[in-house]
Amino acid sequence: MSAILEIADVSRSFGGVQAVQKVSVDIPRGEIMSIIGPNGAGKTTVLNMISGFYHPDHGRILLEGTDITHLAPSEIAKLRVARTFQNIALFSGMTVLDNLMLGRHVLMKSGVLSSFIYWGLAQREEVAHRKRVEDLIDFLKIQDLRRRPTGSLAYGLRKRVELGRALALDPKILLLDEPMGGMNQEEKEDMARFILDVNEEWGTTIILIEHDMGVVMDISDRVAVLDMGLKIAEGKPDEVRVNPAVVKAYLGETKTSEVRHG
Amino acid sequence: MSVFQQVLIGPLKDIGSNPAFFGEVVIGGILAGMLYSLVALGFVLIFKASGVFNFAQGVMVLFAALTLVGLIERGAGVWVALAATALVMIVLAFAIERAVLRPLVNQPQIILFMATIGLNFFLEGFGEMLWGANVKKLDVGIPDRSFMAAGMQINQLELSAGGIAAILVVVLAIFFQKTRIGRALRAVADDHEAALSIGIPLKTIWVVVWSVAGLVAIVAGIMWGAKSGVQFSLSLIALKALPVLILGGFESVPGAIVGGLIIGVGEKIGEVYWGPLVGGAIENWFAYVLALAFLLIRPQGLFGEKIIERV
Repeated sequence: MSAILEIADVSRSFGGVQAVQKVSVDIPRGEIMSIIGPNGAGKTTVLNMISGFYHPDHGRILLEGTDITHLAPSEIAKLRVARTFQNIALFSGMTVLDNLMLGRHVLMKSGVLSSFIYWGLAQREEVAHRKRVEDLIDFLKIQDLRRRPTGSLAYGLRKRVELGRALALDPKILLLDEPMGGMNQEEKEDMARFILDVNEEWGTTIILIEHDMGVVMDISDRVAVLDMGLKIAEGKPDEVRVNPAVVKAYLGETKTSEVRHG
Repeated sequence: MSVFQQVLIGPLKDIGSNPAFFGEVVIGGILAGMLYSLVALGFVLIFKASGVFNFAQGVMVLFAALTLVGLIERGAGVWVALAATALVMIVLAFAIERAVLRPLVNQPQIILFMATIGLNFFLEGFGEMLWGANVKKLDVGIPDRSFMAAGMQINQLELSAGGIAAILVVVLAIFFQKTRIGRALRAVADDHEAALSIGIPLKTIWVVVWSVAGLVAIVAGIMWGAKSGVQFSLSLIALKALPVLILGGFESVPGAIVGGLIIGVGEKIGEVYWGPLVGGAIENWFAYVLALAFLLIRPQGLFGEKIIERV
């Protein structure tokens, strides 16, 4: 299995704090890879470095062999790496439909002048993209919310719309930062279902940060564990669960042989 | 005659007795209002896209007009001068993004606001240095003549100015609502982080909005300059744009237009019909009092996005 994304020896500090230290992870194409770890372990920092919001002090990040370490977020999005945010970043004054159409921004071509001169062309392009967005709306079962401003939606639905906007990019890699944070059990199950379906239906590689250990162990192909900015374990969920270093990081010094499920 | 009659009945009687004159007053108000609208429009564009309250918008109008006049005075044809001025405003947009906005990215809004105040003084000084401080007559080839229609005297220059402003507004509205870049602009206005994550480059967007604001400033500069000459007091119309923004809402393009018209027409009618009762000068304070009333009753403005707070 070849790696679609290689994170090689990456470090990043903020002021005097080493948020991430020499972390290396290869993300296999088409898999669901979870990054877990206690609060402050550096998980979101890793995600931010992949998506270009932060740049590593040392190390390299390669997407399909191309160095993307120092690209801007907008350039990385053009390479079809999409993401969601821990605290939801939607265009709250705009409708669900507009949010999803904006997700396809980089896939559309018409510029300022051309959209005035070749009005028809721009409209045709719009229609083609609208079709894909409608498919996603069906997929996420948000048909009745099309015209609603996202700011007026309930929390769980906003998370779902944000996933939809990321999917609208037709991503090669989907980065999800706590997609189930703050959700109730039913919403969590729905979201887990969507994530699995995306992975199965479109073969999208998914990198997931999540605190709910039950979900992580259920849906991930592989798990990497960070603690205090260091990678302390990596492997299949079953291997990671019994890894002594992981148990220690989560539970402190104890004799328990397994991280509690759920 | 009682006070009530004096204030309410008298002026209305005057209006009724000479409707053609009233029409002239309203048209005059609309044309003045369009200028306020144009300046306010520049504010709104930049505020929407970058959250920056651009204090320098008024000076940008002046700077554009100065550049245009300066070029025409030095023998350039009107169209050449116009194209060159447009180019200057676009270069200015690039320079502002590079020298002011980019170094201050992620700073609190008040810092960016202060930076635009600095920009204001810089542009004022720079314009004066380049083109001199004298009052200049701007002649773009539209005759300053009047004609009669339906018993009203209408100025040809003002009429063309109004027409141009109206076209500009329609084009901008289409641009914002219907094009891909317009939608990207609205997205950036809504949430920077989210916009970046879907591949909208902030720097490009900033250059685009500052350029558009610069082009709007040229139109405003031409209209105002042709009417009352290009002079440094031009930058003060920025102060009139402020109540327009409060009235229309800081983030609304139609709000800027309607707000400008209401203030333009309102202050003219107030001045002509009610002015004599209080010794005149209503024109000077009408906009601000109206804005104050709006702040108390409807702080988001006529078209502003409703302020929703989630707890």
